[in-house]
Amino acid sequence: MNLEFTPEEQAFRDEVRTFIAENYPKHLADAGLREDLPREDFLAWHKILGKKGWSVPAWPTQYGGTGWTPTQRYIWSEENARVNAIMPLPFGVAMVGPVIYTFGNEEQKARHLPGIRSGEVWWCQGYSEPGAGSDLASLKTTAVRDGDHYVINGQKTWTTLAQYADWGFFLCRTDPTAKAQEGISFILVDMKTPGVEVKPIKLLDGGYEVNETWLTDVRVPVENLVGQENKGWTYAKFLLAHERSGIAGVARSKRGIEKLREIAANETAYGEPLIKDFDFARKVSQLEIDLAALEITELRTLAGEQAGKGPGPESSILKIKGTEIQQRLTELTLEAVGTYGAPFHGGVSNDNTNEHPVGPDYAQYAAATYFNMRKTSIYGGSNEIQRNIITKMILGL
Amino acid sequence: MDFNFTEEQDMVRDGLSRLVREQYDWETRRKAIASPSGWRPEIWAQLAELGILGMPFSEADGGFGGGPVDAMVIMEEFGKGLVVEPFLPTVVCAGGFLKHAGTAAQKEEHIGAIVAGSAVFAFAYAEPKGRYDYADLETTAKKDGSGYVLNGHKAVVIGAPWASHLVVTARTGGERRDRSGVSVFVLAKDTPGVTTRDYVTVDGRRASEVYFENVSIPAEALIGAEGEGLALIETVTDEAIAALCAEACGAMKVAHAMTVEYSRQRKQFGVPIGSFQVLQHRMVDMYTAYETAVSLTYLATLRLGADERERKKAVSAAKVGVGQAARLIGQEAVQIHGGNGVTDEYAIGHYFKRLTIFDSEFGNVDHHLKRHVSLA
Repeated sequence: MNLEFTPEEQAFRDEVRTFIAENYPKHLADAGLREDLPREDFLAWHKILGKKGWSVPAWPTQYGGTGWTPTQRYIWSEENARVNAIMPLPFGVAMVGPVIYTFGNEEQKARHLPGIRSGEVWWCQGYSEPGAGSDLASLKTTAVRDGDHYVINGQKTWTTLAQYADWGFFLCRTDPTAKAQEGISFILVDMKTPGVEVKPIKLLDGGYEVNETWLTDVRVPVENLVGQENKGWTYAKFLLAHERSGIAGVARSKRGIEKLREIAANETAYGEPLIKDFDFARKVSQLEIDLAALEITELRTLAGEQAGKGPGPESSILKIKGTEIQQRLTELTLEAVGTYGAPFHGGVSNDNTNEHPVGPDYAQYAAATYFNMRKTSIYGGSNEIQRNIITKMILGL
Repeated sequence: MDFNFTEEQDMVRDGLSRLVREQYDWETRRKAIASPSGWRPEIWAQLAELGILGMPFSEADGGFGGGPVDAMVIMEEFGKGLVVEPFLPTVVCAGGFLKHAGTAAQKEEHIGAIVAGSAVFAFAYAEPKGRYDYADLETTAKKDGSGYVLNGHKAVVIGAPWASHLVVTARTGGERRDRSGVSVFVLAKDTPGVTTRDYVTVDGRRASEVYFENVSIPAEALIGAEGEGLALIETVTDEAIAALCAEACGAMKVAHAMTVEYSRQRKQFGVPIGSFQVLQHRMVDMYTAYETAVSLTYLATLRLGADERERKKAVSAAKVGVGQAARLIGQEAVQIHGGNGVTDEYAIGHYFKRLTIFDSEFGNVDHHLKRHVSLA
């Protein structure tokens, strides 16, 4: 037993660190937590990585994966988090990509995987509906076979960044008579198809990160069905397990704590740097301890993966603890900036000047990020659903 | 990075697990801790025979060349069975002092006896007013000719009633709470002037108040350099904390499993109480607390050889995280057991008691959060 990296892993770390330093777009430094970026900024690093062959490390090598070990992938994410890089969005790379190469046919692989790898094609996820959140299997959107097409009708919601999306993957009911989980299919939809309408939802931080997606008589060729008809729930669950494995966000939270310490060293409380205030410092230490526990827990899971065990129900622990820590981090950051947490920077300026926003730079996004990150314990299977999974799969109750 | 145990470590775990299962069942344990001596020397002899007592010592010192991971494996099994025999004070603490700073003569005299099971040690460091500060000492060791004279009162010395020897911390110079001027001594418990008041602890172990009244000890009793013992004490107690965390993990694992099993058996409103989501999620939170506690225990154990700051941070992180998990799991286990949880008859209450006292050993959650803050 040991926690040391091998010389090969150290060399790998040096290699990726150098690559990131030389190639990561300078104007996007430290932008990793922001959600209000233009399309090209989201894709900039993805496209560079696509050219390098590093955009889909976790994929099997025959589909463009790097063949890195789980430990190397961990190092990769740590090094990216050091500069708070904007990573390739998960919808293509971590969600639909693995579903397509696992369950799709050769034609679908040839058609869709290259665009996901290169960052040319933007994907969005059509899972949740207004009436189907945690109880996803109760979804009502229908796909009815009509000759060589499916005709899709329904409403999806929380479709993240669908305003930029070229394609979407949708869960649709194809057999209304079957039991909830058994009549669902996994269908790929070109977002430019007539009848697809994306309406933005304004969130607490003032941003437009998610949307309602309306589907009215959307005609989709049958070749866009992935796998078998009515087996979509299997693929959906597979995807959710994949989604959870990267969700702990350890490396990013580590960087977040460093920044929090910088802010707290800069802020003054009772005539001293805030970080000297024991009440505050104690909360930061507690967070660091919780993060250390999560990090080793993730490494133990990775070691299990390296030994051939897939991401099991343990990944639910990573989701719960990881998101709790992310939220706590943004909460403490907002506490740290004190009164300058209040000014709203996303709206119309009242003074009609182009002056620098009020307050220190680091305070600018503190409240918005705190509000935004409340989503983390809700999405990807809410933390309560994760507890249900652990109850069933691990406790056996 | 490697989270695998060696074949030898797996064998040690299996052997101890069998010993606890076959010879440390609940009724036997109950009788033993209520007996006049409160422990089972025959178990100690078997631990010696199995090589457990010699595991962490180097082969040159007469041991089997194990390290902190071996101690972790051993302590976890002890925790599962709430084993009271004094492995921690004898092997981890006294053994640690001897290993790190003992002279050839001290090692020769004591390590062999520990490995053979013939010498049992207690570590007398705490004082009535010292709380968790190892330097806050009223016990003094004054130079007297070539030797020293010990005076003072040590509090809650775990395992002292069973001990043949004591490792004692005392002030040889400086002011109370100074970092310098702290020294460590080893002596036989029957040295003239040493008296004890023995008692039972709430978690089923035995301890003593130990009084030193003009106890003359030779210069050879000093372990390490005079007045420079604090760093050594911190090294050894950090090792003890890592081992103690492993013990707590073992106890938490069993407490959680017992609770899940109980929720399966116990019926109310016509159904097993484990079918209630409000209890399921609490048991999940216990499970998550246990898993993260295991992770922090690994971290502390694997960082014992790191530089001082990193070691202390990891150990304090573990004592905080494991302490919090122990509190949560102990309390929730009792709650979910309902009235049975607060009876003496059910085992769960005894796990709760051990997990409660764990927090106060070698510094509680608050103390180690403070240390963690000071190292940030």
